[in-house]
Amino acid sequence: MSWAAVGAVCLACYLLKLLGMSVPPSWVTGRPWLAGVSRRLPVALLAALVATGTVTSGVHLVLDARLAGLAAAVLLLAVRAPLILVVVTAAAVTAALRLLAPA
Amino acid sequence: MRRPVTDRRRVIRDGVALGLAVGVFGLSFGALAVDAGLSVARTSVLSLAMFTGGSQLAYVGVLATGGSTAAAAVSAVLLGSRNAVYGVVVGPLLALPRRWRPVAAHLVIDETTAMTSAPRPVDPVRARRLARLAFLVTGLSVYVCWNVATLAGALAGRAVGDPDRFGLDAVGPAAFLALLWPRLRAPEPRTRLVALVGAVVGVLGALVLPAGLAVPVAALAVLAGGRPGAAAGHRDGGHRDGGADSDGGGGP
Repeated sequence: MSWAAVGAVCLACYLLKLLGMSVPPSWVTGRPWLAGVSRRLPVALLAALVATGTVTSGVHLVLDARLAGLAAAVLLLAVRAPLILVVVTAAAVTAALRLLAPA
Repeated sequence: MRRPVTDRRRVIRDGVALGLAVGVFGLSFGALAVDAGLSVARTSVLSLAMFTGGSQLAYVGVLATGGSTAAAAVSAVLLGSRNAVYGVVVGPLLALPRRWRPVAAHLVIDETTAMTSAPRPVDPVRARRLARLAFLVTGLSVYVCWNVATLAGALAGRAVGDPDRFGLDAVGPAAFLALLWPRLRAPEPRTRLVALVGAVVGVLGALVLPAGLAVPVAALAVLAGGRPGAAAGHRDGGHRDGGADSDGGGGP
């Protein structure tokens, strides 16, 4: 992975921001589906990232201690715990389970 | 005469607090990036030059599952597309002289958009000044906190020997879940369906597709919601609920 590749993707993200600021508002309001898609994209991608990061490892389905960590995260998010607590607890629960029950 | 001072101080206070809250995401990003194989330098550059939390997390998330740089880049750009919509919202509110646009654009993220577009029942001149103040303070606060946290997370991640032993492989999914959570609470009914389809497509894709393609392909899940409705503004659930459920600095 080259610096050029990193630079290119950063530039692409920046250009998206600049594009938004340079477009007349009427262009966007005339296309309501744009905002809808743009709202849903993070949902779809984040869900995919959560799922693949929890139950897969490479090309395999792997159910391991991560499940417990994510379950703990869900509980904490449900009670509106601060982010740092959610993430640290997820890691701690996962690590603890691995320690107690090495697969 | 107390209102002008109260308004300004409140904007500054909220902006700074928001920065600190999302900066915490930067810690997990930094650790994640390093764990996915990026150098501390490259990790820092991502936070400095991309400055969009969701995109950055997607980028390293895809790399961590073995995906190619191209697949990671596609995911990052897809997630960053909403910043374009944010730019359209923020542009008229700031009404900046054209020469400032390229500089200001870098700071267009979830948090700055939310703070800038907050309703302010005052005269237009003051509203514009407050909008600009909100944008600037929030933007700078998030930028500084995010980047400092990224560096700290990257250095801390480097120092850890075996990431799995400390359960660090659960950090990424947990952070993504935290980003996703407020969106699941959104009133739009199809959101949860889109998330479910995204998760299923993602997992199936990981099993059958070349490494890393699963996540960008999961973008197709947006179709699961049927025709997207008209823009409903930026009340993306829970932006100001204590900051913990904001999209990571730079937004994602």
